[in-house]
Amino acid sequence: MIFKNAQLHEDSLDIAKLEQKPTRAGFGEGLVEAGDKDPSIVALCADLTESTMILPFKKKYPARFVEIGVAEQNMAGVASGMSAIGKLPVISSYAMFSPGRNWEQIRTTICYNEQPVIIVGSHAGVSVGPDGATHQAVEDMAIMRVLPNMTVVSPCDMVEAKKAILAAAVLRKPLYLRLHREKSPIFTTLATPFEIGKAEIFFDSDASACDVAIIATGPLVHNALLAAGELEKLGKKVRVINCHTIKPLDEKTILDAARMARHIVTVEEHQVAGGLGSAVAELVAREYPVPIEFVGVQNRFGESGDKNELIEYFGMGVSHIVSAAQKVMNRSNQ
Amino acid sequence: MNYVDDKKVIELELKANDIRQSIIEMLVSAGSGHSAGPLGMADVFTALYFHLLKHDPKNPALVDRDFVVLSNGHICPVQYATLAHAGYFPVEELKTLRKFGSRLQGHPHRTKLPGIETSSGPLGSGIAQAVGMAIALRMDKKTNFVYGLVSDGEQDCGIAWEAAMLAGREQLWNLIAIMDRNNIQIDGFTEDIMPLEPLRAKYEAFGWHVIDVDGHNMAEIVNAVEEAKAIYEKPKMIIAHTIPGKGVDFMERRFEWHGNPPGKGPIDKVPADRQAEEALRELRTLNGKIRSEHE
Repeated sequence: MIFKNAQLHEDSLDIAKLEQKPTRAGFGEGLVEAGDKDPSIVALCADLTESTMILPFKKKYPARFVEIGVAEQNMAGVASGMSAIGKLPVISSYAMFSPGRNWEQIRTTICYNEQPVIIVGSHAGVSVGPDGATHQAVEDMAIMRVLPNMTVVSPCDMVEAKKAILAAAVLRKPLYLRLHREKSPIFTTLATPFEIGKAEIFFDSDASACDVAIIATGPLVHNALLAAGELEKLGKKVRVINCHTIKPLDEKTILDAARMARHIVTVEEHQVAGGLGSAVAELVAREYPVPIEFVGVQNRFGESGDKNELIEYFGMGVSHIVSAAQKVMNRSNQ
Repeated sequence: MNYVDDKKVIELELKANDIRQSIIEMLVSAGSGHSAGPLGMADVFTALYFHLLKHDPKNPALVDRDFVVLSNGHICPVQYATLAHAGYFPVEELKTLRKFGSRLQGHPHRTKLPGIETSSGPLGSGIAQAVGMAIALRMDKKTNFVYGLVSDGEQDCGIAWEAAMLAGREQLWNLIAIMDRNNIQIDGFTEDIMPLEPLRAKYEAFGWHVIDVDGHNMAEIVNAVEEAKAIYEKPKMIIAHTIPGKGVDFMERRFEWHGNPPGKGPIDKVPADRQAEEALRELRTLNGKIRSEHE
């Protein structure tokens, strides 16, 4: 059942009753609020002001906005320089281009330099849809996660994305915020706890016993909840963890689940190499080895199509999560 | 217009020679590192830190300071030597260059050493950061200048021109870039590797005010920077024509000395075991005499 403390939407398992908005919309709203509170926040964009939802900030604070043009490497370097003067720059493009194209500038001038910059990668994942593989970033969390001094946050819905940018503005560290283009169900509420670095239990069949823990990130957390509902109907005890912060990982919440469930499924709209699944596997292998199944993109490039078609085609639908859970429960722990 | 008298010029020339000697000594001690670029930029660095910059070695975080961003981080021996002679840290510490535990990393690191505004080494990015600093300072209505020190070789990088375009559009009056135009890069002469000329016309086309100077003539360097400070509504590019390895005859103008310390460079003129001694001897005989117009 839905974990009470998560304070999710009362109909969070009924997709027909949930409003749908993209996570990038929550970012756009949150950035304006963050800008209201903190005059040092500035926004930079690489010719994608409207689609990355930087536009409301630009309209309200034109003197604090810099259009960079299609030059993502320059955007990262300029942001580092502005940070050195005391600004908190928020740089925005599609995840494929930033951090996809400007990784070294992010590494050297932001992370190594210890200059707080918030890197917002919108249109992540295959759910971008019709644009096809060139615009579907499914490697971004991996390349950001390996950087020292970097924090990586991947919100599960529009409400959480708004909380994430507001929290990132207070954190003032190099941070990657991963967003999505397409609408997705809004199933968290203003009351749902959110703290960078703290994973939250969203679904828990039984506080003292568990057959499988599903650790998910991004809008696919909702698929994980639906899968948990189905598994529960099959008599399984399930825990779902919303792991919105990929780095630093909430080791305690994940290890508690590993110890209790002894079987883990990770779920992410990202290559299974290098992202959430890898982060969980690195931790669990070191501290409490248990079998893991990885739901995500399996070493492939994307395709054109619509969001739901692609999520199913690449094996990240509800049925795939259910199958992965059944498979991992059948694997021996020894 | 002349902004500097002969007495000051001579004082700066003597200081530049001290800095050259420190560069040779620290490279020999390190056993690796770059010789040509640091020696070539000794005069520009001296002019900046001993005459032009608003800065305080005892308070590197001075809010009203001018910002120096070294983009081609591999010439950091000249910056380290200049900062030490200016009083940011003890000259003795220069011997730790590139050694384990040293604040003098092989390429500069902002959080290690006072006076370093940014970590650099990967080419092309420094000017982008300098542009960001200039934009942010202007937002805050500050009058500090940002000095972006760049190399000619890194003009191969796309980001250098991305930043140049942005600086031109923004009309960054508070940005003064100084390019070490020494005509060499690791694999050879710049015009053989990737032709850069006409650099002046290129930067002018991007909306910059360009000044060419003899990078070893103190008066010209000082006058160019003063001229640049006085020009509004454009970013400024001072192309400092320098001689790589300046001051050590067997290193001058040779790309083979780009990435080697004395003792590990080409041996056609001076044997390896005598390179350090010979370089220091030559520098002593040149004391106060590096002035290109006398050549």
